[in-house]
Amino acid sequence: MAEPVLEIRDLKKTFGALKATDGVSLDLMPGEIHALIGPNGAGKSTLIHQLSGSFRPDSGTITFLGQDIAGLDMAARARLGLGRSFQISSLAQEFSALRNVMLAVQARQGTSFRFFRPVMSDKSLTEPAMAMLKRVGLAERAHVPAAELSHGERRQLEIAIALALGPKAFLFDEPMAGMGPEGSKALTKFLDGLRQQAPILLVEHDMDAVFALADRISVLVYGRVIATGTVDDIRNDPEVRRAYLGEAA
Amino acid sequence: MSRETIVNIVLALLLLAIPLGASAMGEQFYVTLATRIAILALAATGLNIALGLGGLVSFGHAAFFGLGGYAAGILATHAFNAEPLFFGLPGTTSMPVIWLVAIMVCGLVALPIGAISLRTTGVYFIMITLAFAQMIYYFAISWPAYGGEDGLSIYVRNAFPGVNTAQPLPYFLICYVVLMAALGLFWLLRGSRFGAALQAARQNATRLSAVGIAPFNIRLVAFAISAMVTGLAGALFADLNRFVSPSMLSWHMSGELIVLIILGGKGGLFGPVAGAMLYVLFEFALGGITERWQFFLGLILLGVVLFARGGLLGLLAGKARHG
Ligand SMILES: Nc1ncnc2c1ncn2[C@@H]1O[C@H](COP(=O)(O)OP(=O)(O)O)[C@@H](O)[C@H]1O
Ligand SMILES: [Mg+2]
Repeated sequence: MAEPVLEIRDLKKTFGALKATDGVSLDLMPGEIHALIGPNGAGKSTLIHQLSGSFRPDSGTITFLGQDIAGLDMAARARLGLGRSFQISSLAQEFSALRNVMLAVQARQGTSFRFFRPVMSDKSLTEPAMAMLKRVGLAERAHVPAAELSHGERRQLEIAIALALGPKAFLFDEPMAGMGPEGSKALTKFLDGLRQQAPILLVEHDMDAVFALADRISVLVYGRVIATGTVDDIRNDPEVRRAYLGEAA
Repeated sequence: MSRETIVNIVLALLLLAIPLGASAMGEQFYVTLATRIAILALAATGLNIALGLGGLVSFGHAAFFGLGGYAAGILATHAFNAEPLFFGLPGTTSMPVIWLVAIMVCGLVALPIGAISLRTTGVYFIMITLAFAQMIYYFAISWPAYGGEDGLSIYVRNAFPGVNTAQPLPYFLICYVVLMAALGLFWLLRGSRFGAALQAARQNATRLSAVGIAPFNIRLVAFAISAMVTGLAGALFADLNRFVSPSMLSWHMSGELIVLIILGGKGGLFGPVAGAMLYVLFEFALGGITERWQFFLGLILLGVVLFARGGLLGLLAGKARHG
């Protein structure tokens, strides 16, 4: 069996008395889309934050490509190849869509301590950034400030930025949220192709998307994984149906 | 050409034309006034790197302004008295050497101050930078070797190869050229990869981290560069007045630099120039009429913050948009 790209073992995180992450173990295997579902407040975003380095877990281990990353900060994890999108868009608001992606391109090249050459005429930044915007269908909006993009466009931009990092694994937190049926469908198709590039840990509420995309699904309830399995396993799991899926299945 | 570019060119020419004209009419006082504008604009351009581009509201930049001033004063005093400085090194009256020393000292001091201050953000950052500047202020006051509270006189203005620095106009021209060079540096920085990361750190530090760039490192380097430019201005200021005193290190001075930037337009290339012009004109025009000119300055500042966030530059040139 192949080695997992991302291996989470017995992760715990509390907020006061609340066990937001309560002994979570998960694997992200090469080439797979592993969906993480669960009701609101189950701790999905909290888990993503611990993987990307926004939050520090209380205990447990996170191994990424064979390396223990628990002690690394967010920037160091990103440099190792963890590309993420945020549930609530997190962009450089005054910068255009293009400049937001260019920042990722320059980060990937490791060249942020260059002080003189203007970025806007630097094809080694603008061209790859433009290519990423094209891939997510945002090319015509390249020069619009992030603050003026629509909600759905910001989600697309988040994905373009993650793509530009050329990551070894993607962490996407509800990328379809608020996108509308058209947008969701397009993004579903897009993510389907993306798994060849790098495996995806996908937090998503849109069940159509999850069932269409996921190789495996884990169900998180009150900070615990109550089931992991294929789409069919999860659809037919009585505990999952009771705890979460109910009418959605 | 964008409107901002035109406004910038007009400001640059205005700052050059006034002392040239005044000098031709024998009005040396106005030349000195323009020199003061150029030097304050230079100091504020330094701060603008940290504050305007990086969003780092340093309330301690007087520390670097004053250190630059003391570098000039101390080196000149040792040269004048023909006393070696330390390790047998002599003082100097050469401006380029003094500038280099001022810049290096400020860079070296800014690194530890920045490394500690940048662990905090917001109002804590403001307070810590203020605290460091106050430490240096009290140190200067209590160090009698270099005048303590009374300050230190520079008996003859320091020398620049091929220029008669004792004359107001040549000295103005030196300061003007240095200011333009610093503005060029600011412009390059702003458009560079480093500038992109620095501005992203201001807009959204989490976003910068998420792409793998540590905001702390970027901010620290920016803080040091910012301090070095302000320190250079301090050295020029000491030579303008032929005097350096702890007041250059005081928190009033830090506040004044912030005020200049806000008046002129934060983050704008010529914001500090516009701000310094306005400030010095005010000081001169209102200062002659009333002792309380700072009160009126306060009113204007209030107006700018409430109604013209882009400062004078924003009013003249409209809101700038990049990329
Ligand atoms: N920074 C925080 N401080 C305190 N409680 C938090 C914080 N972040 C999340 N929580 C709580 O942790 C629980 C899990 O939240 P979250 O991970 O956002 O859930 P999900 O993404 O699954 O909807 C919720 O009860 C939420 O209120
Ligand atoms: Mg969430």
